[in-house]
Amino acid sequence: MPKVTMRVNGREVSGEVEGRTLLVQFLREGLGLTGTHVGCDTSQCGACTVHVNGLQVKSCTTFALDVDGAEVTTIEGMANADGSLSVIQQAFQDHHGLQCGFCTPGMVMAAAALLKENPKPTEAQIRHHLEGNICRCTGYHNIVKAVLAASGQDVSAIAAE
Amino acid sequence: MYAFDFVKPKTLAEAVKALGAEDAQALGGGQTLIPTLKQRLAQPAVLVSLSGIAELKGVKAAGGSLTIGGGTSHATVAKEAKAYPALAALAANIGDPAVRSLGTIGGSIANNDPSADYPAAVLASGATVVTNTREIAADDFFQGMFTTALEPGEIITAVRFPVPEKANYQKFEQPASRFALVGVFVAKYAAGVRVAVTGASTEGVFRWTEAEKALSANFAASAVAGLAVPGGEMIADIHGSAAYRAHLIKVLTGRAVAAAG
Ligand SMILES: Cc1cc2nc3c(=O)[nH]c(=O)nc-3n(C[C@H](O)[C@H](O)[C@H](O)COP(=O)(O)OP(=O)(O)OC[C@H]3O[C@@H](n4cnc5c(N)ncnc54)[C@H](O)[C@@H]3O)c2cc1C
Ligand code: FES
Ligand code: FES
Repeated sequence: MPKVTMRVNGREVSGEVEGRTLLVQFLREGLGLTGTHVGCDTSQCGACTVHVNGLQVKSCTTFALDVDGAEVTTIEGMANADGSLSVIQQAFQDHHGLQCGFCTPGMVMAAAALLKENPKPTEAQIRHHLEGNICRCTGYHNIVKAVLAASGQDVSAIAAE
Repeated sequence: MYAFDFVKPKTLAEAVKALGAEDAQALGGGQTLIPTLKQRLAQPAVLVSLSGIAELKGVKAAGGSLTIGGGTSHATVAKEAKAYPALAALAANIGDPAVRSLGTIGGSIANNDPSADYPAAVLASGATVVTNTREIAADDFFQGMFTTALEPGEIITAVRFPVPEKANYQKFEQPASRFALVGVFVAKYAAGVRVAVTGASTEGVFRWTEAEKALSANFAASAVAGLAVPGGEMIADIHGSAAYRAHLIKVLTGRAVAAAG
């Protein structure tokens, strides 16, 4: 079987995979990084969102071999070095941006990609950016609020709605 | 998914060679092909990833035209196609950010989904599809739903767009899939106006020639108002009837003209 090597959350990893092995299978089953979730497996829900070379991708719609040599970041790589929650994660907790938490890894990865490109997004930009991330608990309002808070902006307008 | 071998060439020449193998298929961003493979609707023996080929990527503006490499992602076009703002705006609205990170222009037009966005831009611009063997005019490239002039193993290396004086794309989004329920791209050139419609016809993307004539004479939304809705067989599904789609074409064409200014 072909071998794949990549850096995941700063650590060099490798493993044997099939041509058809998805990145999410390699992460979850090969590396035991089960923080990345599979909600739909049909490219619709965004629960499997990770970063590949800094780009937001759906790991259920990417082959492991296609990202050979890449830099991959998953939700497990998001906390600060001392183990405390990152600003975005903390904002999700503070603003009740999660209910069951299933969509949360994807939401956090999508939010991180947005804030890297656009550190002060408007509410509309946040909603547009999160279009590919579905929350079955439908807590979108507080998710948007959390992302806005993580960008250091005032959330009172949203809170008042 | 059925099993297949996976290869990732670094040059176009290697990719062409790999695609010469029996049942070999190109993989662009995989945003259409991977879901298709999961449903076992395709069974390639070899998948040839184009994502490692630098010469297929990039956006270049020169001498009134904009050339986009066949392997260029929607996100890159959204950012770099500044010379053709209507095209950049179209790319910025395809699917969601993850789809735009990986999905490519070559994959989109090779697939020719009847509701995809890029085919409308390519046809309305009278663009040229460049492959590893030839150049194909947009009017000859799209040949009906999911059908194009491409031969097996042929790779789209670039798409060359003449930059119009004015242009605009209006997409009436199907909110669940984010594809176009109907989309209309209007482009005004010195030689005349071209109007291409996606999402509506059972034949896939098409030109609305009556609107082109009216708009070439008078580039104003009011010029479209008096026209009958386009004929031809329209798609009818749970999201919209044939009559609804035909009506939308006219409405969106007017809006595109107004927005193009
Ligand atoms: C959730 C979601 C939402 C989407 N929303 C939209 C939308 O709103 N509008 C829209 O237009 N599209 C949408 N898409 C489709 C998306 O734009 C795809 O990127 C595109 O249709 C296919 O491009 P790809 O590079 O991923 O190609 P792939 O999926 O890799 O390939 C598609 C086909 O093209 C062939 N191919 C790929 N590259 C080349 C090439 N260079 N030369 C020749 N053949 C090639 C492949 O063999 C295959 O047959 C969406 C997809 C998803 C998953
Ligand atoms: S699991 Fe990947 S998009 Fe839903
Ligand atoms: S918090 Fe439950 S799916 Fe989003």
